[in-house]
Amino acid sequence: MSKMHVKLTLNGQEVEGLAEPRMLLIHFLRENLKVTGPHIGCETSHCGACTVDMDGKSVKSCTVFVGQANGAEITTVEGLVNEDGSLGVLQEMFREHHGLQCGFCTPGMITRAHRLLQENPNPTEEDVRFGMAGNLCRCTGYQNIVKAVLASAAQLNAVKEAAE
Amino acid sequence: MKDEVQTPEDRSASLKGMGCSRKRVEDVRFTQGKGNYVDDIKLDGMLTGDFVRSPYAHARVTAINTEVALKVPGVLAVLTAKDLEPLGLHWMPTLAGDKQMVLADGKVLFQGQEVAFVVATDRYAAADGVAAVEVDYEELPVVTDPFKAMDADAPVLREDLEGQTEGAHGPRRHHNHIFTWEMGDKDATEQVLGEADVVAEEMVYYHRTHPMPLETCGCVASMDKVTGKLTVWGTFQAPHAVRTVASLISGIAEHNIRVISPDIGGGFGNKVGVYPGYICSIVASIVTGKPVKWVESRMDNLMSTAFARDYWMKGKIAATREGKITGLWCHTTADHGGFDACADPTKFPAGFMNICTGSYDIPVAYLAVDGVYTNKAPGGVAYRCSFRVTEAAYFIERMIEVLAIRLGMDAAELRRINFIKEDQFPYQSALGWEYDSGNYHAAWDKALKAVGYDELRKEQAQRIEDFKAGKTRKLLGIGLTHFTEIVGAGPVKNCDILGLGMFDSCEIRIHPTGSAIARLGTISQGQGHATTFAQIIASEIGIPADDITLEEGDTDTAPYGLGTYGSRSTPVAGAATAMAARKIRAKAQMIAAYLLEVHDDDVEFDVDRFVVKGAPERFKTMKEIAFASYNQAIPGVEPGLEAVSYYDPPNMTYPFGAYICAMEIDVDTGEHQVRSFYALDDCGTRINPMIIEGQVHGGATEGYAIAMGQEIAYDDMGNHKTATLMDFFVPTSWETPHYTTDHTVTPSPHHPIGAKGVGESPNVGSVPCFSNAVHDAFRPFGLVQSHMPHDQWRIWKIADDLGMHG
Repeated sequence: MSKMHVKLTLNGQEVEGLAEPRMLLIHFLRENLKVTGPHIGCETSHCGACTVDMDGKSVKSCTVFVGQANGAEITTVEGLVNEDGSLGVLQEMFREHHGLQCGFCTPGMITRAHRLLQENPNPTEEDVRFGMAGNLCRCTGYQNIVKAVLASAAQLNAVKEAAE
Repeated sequence: MKDEVQTPEDRSASLKGMGCSRKRVEDVRFTQGKGNYVDDIKLDGMLTGDFVRSPYAHARVTAINTEVALKVPGVLAVLTAKDLEPLGLHWMPTLAGDKQMVLADGKVLFQGQEVAFVVATDRYAAADGVAAVEVDYEELPVVTDPFKAMDADAPVLREDLEGQTEGAHGPRRHHNHIFTWEMGDKDATEQVLGEADVVAEEMVYYHRTHPMPLETCGCVASMDKVTGKLTVWGTFQAPHAVRTVASLISGIAEHNIRVISPDIGGGFGNKVGVYPGYICSIVASIVTGKPVKWVESRMDNLMSTAFARDYWMKGKIAATREGKITGLWCHTTADHGGFDACADPTKFPAGFMNICTGSYDIPVAYLAVDGVYTNKAPGGVAYRCSFRVTEAAYFIERMIEVLAIRLGMDAAELRRINFIKEDQFPYQSALGWEYDSGNYHAAWDKALKAVGYDELRKEQAQRIEDFKAGKTRKLLGIGLTHFTEIVGAGPVKNCDILGLGMFDSCEIRIHPTGSAIARLGTISQGQGHATTFAQIIASEIGIPADDITLEEGDTDTAPYGLGTYGSRSTPVAGAATAMAARKIRAKAQMIAAYLLEVHDDDVEFDVDRFVVKGAPERFKTMKEIAFASYNQAIPGVEPGLEAVSYYDPPNMTYPFGAYICAMEIDVDTGEHQVRSFYALDDCGTRINPMIIEGQVHGGATEGYAIAMGQEIAYDDMGNHKTATLMDFFVPTSWETPHYTTDHTVTPSPHHPIGAKGVGESPNVGSVPCFSNAVHDAFRPFGLVQSHMPHDQWRIWKIADDLGMHG
């Protein structure tokens, strides 16, 4: 099958490659670009393990053709670390509050939470539970994930306030 | 010196040893997307394998045409049973003493069964190849009901076994019969039932479901033709067992096989079994000379690897009028699907189902289990449970409720008067177990008090009045459970899988500068072993947990062990860890005594050092001892500081817990709302409270899913109805309840650190708790038993059947 030229911005860096038009974004990221943070859990958009941020929206990259991502700006969990390589606030709070166990849902979870907190910087527990409902976790029962997201919101807001 | 001014408490805290909520070391990688799961492995020239699967539940395979598929660009090979037969690999042994087709050998026995294996350059080409394989099927009559499967004229499923009257677990009495397993005293139990004041009788069904870890099963097999060494990375909960079994069935010498379990994205029992994909990948790598990856899709996973439960448990429970239980009888019909691929210790074809007397002092009991073949997927794994303990706990906790109804008693009180008492431990159960320790009354009282049980019952009574008066359409159900688990399999004298004894191991090596590496025979799938096992070592030998690297899962480096499932890591490998640490401590004591110029008996261990008795200012820290062990000539003592322990546990451990749930139920819509869920767990000594709490949250959520909607369902033609996450219920953060956790501590007397294991308790305990809440809500309206899962429609149907919709 003939291949198309794909160019996109991944975690702030321009990348390009050749891919069959039918190739899914998750496979392009994982197999062509070797960015293996986003995982494959269901291939039907239900589990959210493949969640990435695409042009400012959370998308499930298992049901996006790579062609649809051409020219897009994409952030994965790898792009959420601080510039000095230390854990970003969400990553640190997931660790602090035991918001992960096997770690398989975690990249999608954190990437989704990253977008959620931009959409709603002051979420209630209910907002978090609703806003994260597209991401399945089999290990944690979500309680500590919710705690981690709320703690991240508080911390990010405190930083923002201090800066103002 | 800094530590001269530190108090022993400070020194102890800095170790981050047992009992502290140490943050997980794994998380630094996982939160950045730097885990290394099997699908992340990419090797030069690696190929991808994918299966052609049967669309039929029972059919003869009359022809397989691979010609077109082989012309698909990128497709390199298509394997069928004919290709595997010369190698003797078209069938493989199951963990239960049966055998299973690797690829369809003349017929298929369940929908989704593996028929051919396509090997291609990438996943897209493999999928194209799968679509191009032509298979001719001749449909056969299907049987999905295990009771009908035992009819005289039922279709013969396993033609390969025709005429075989002896199975792996004794006589077979029918062509679809696998085994009968009996425990206890049948005659005495029937006599008690015959003479009892009250006998409650009920069929309790624990439906078929699936562990469904978020990461599916998969592997990468790589045969290096130059060295003759086969390396297999895979989602294996028991990597060493996989190596031995792979060696035995392939004929490749065991030292030429290296099995590596990388990070595993949840297991829950799904990754204990050996699946056709592993065998086919290995063969394909040998044939092509290239690494071959096979990773299941979600649909493959739900259709073909490792279902759980599917037990029809007919029970009779006898009691006095006052509620003292006098006997328990159970006959289980176990639906095993097309092959008996249960993951149970060899001598226990129905696992530890004989823990079904639960937390109660029941003088006589009898259990019989009949295993039956049907046209469903094989499996029968322990989904976050220790070999059928979930089924047993659900059975007894339902039977108690049924008996309470029969007696007109409060179910909490009925439990209380039948609990095994604290002074009865170690307790010999009527079905053959020796419970190590427990204090059920204390746990129960604490739980009832914590939830305000009496007030809840008052509120419920008021609600029933209001309902009857037409003031509300919502009922309140109070779910009760007191479960006893049996985990930590197990003593080699009676526990093996395929002949492999179920001990486990730990090897600890202290480096000269006082840090360490430890390797275990287990493998974490999210339990946080790298964090917790280091805590055990920290407390035992006084090296900070942060200075200890922990490795598992590589059979070339880790000591042999039987892996992680059945809550066995802490009870068995955790014990091995403590024992290995104690061997090191014993040697350290000799070294310290030499350095301090006193007799061995004149020094004692103090947190992170050995001190001269009565002169605590004279000491040698473990760091100093480690350096000396390598670099100082000590008469009569070998250089180095390391130890290994292979631990064969003297008994299982018996964690227990008391769970109470309050649930609102809408009679008209069948919707439910979990208002509160309280979980008290007693897992003996607690290593890391944060991780324990996380395990309880996760296990209870799996239990919530199972009780309230999750199932593997088939229609009468054997079509799988729940093969995607659209149909297979996995709760999201939205519907998952909030949990309150609590604990008591009753250490195991035979475990070196008193720990019992906790990972599976919440699944075992929460399923009956949620289910009992649903039943309890409808108890005043006449409901005795309704089968899980209690999804919205089924709850609505309960109300409708009870005439509550007017």
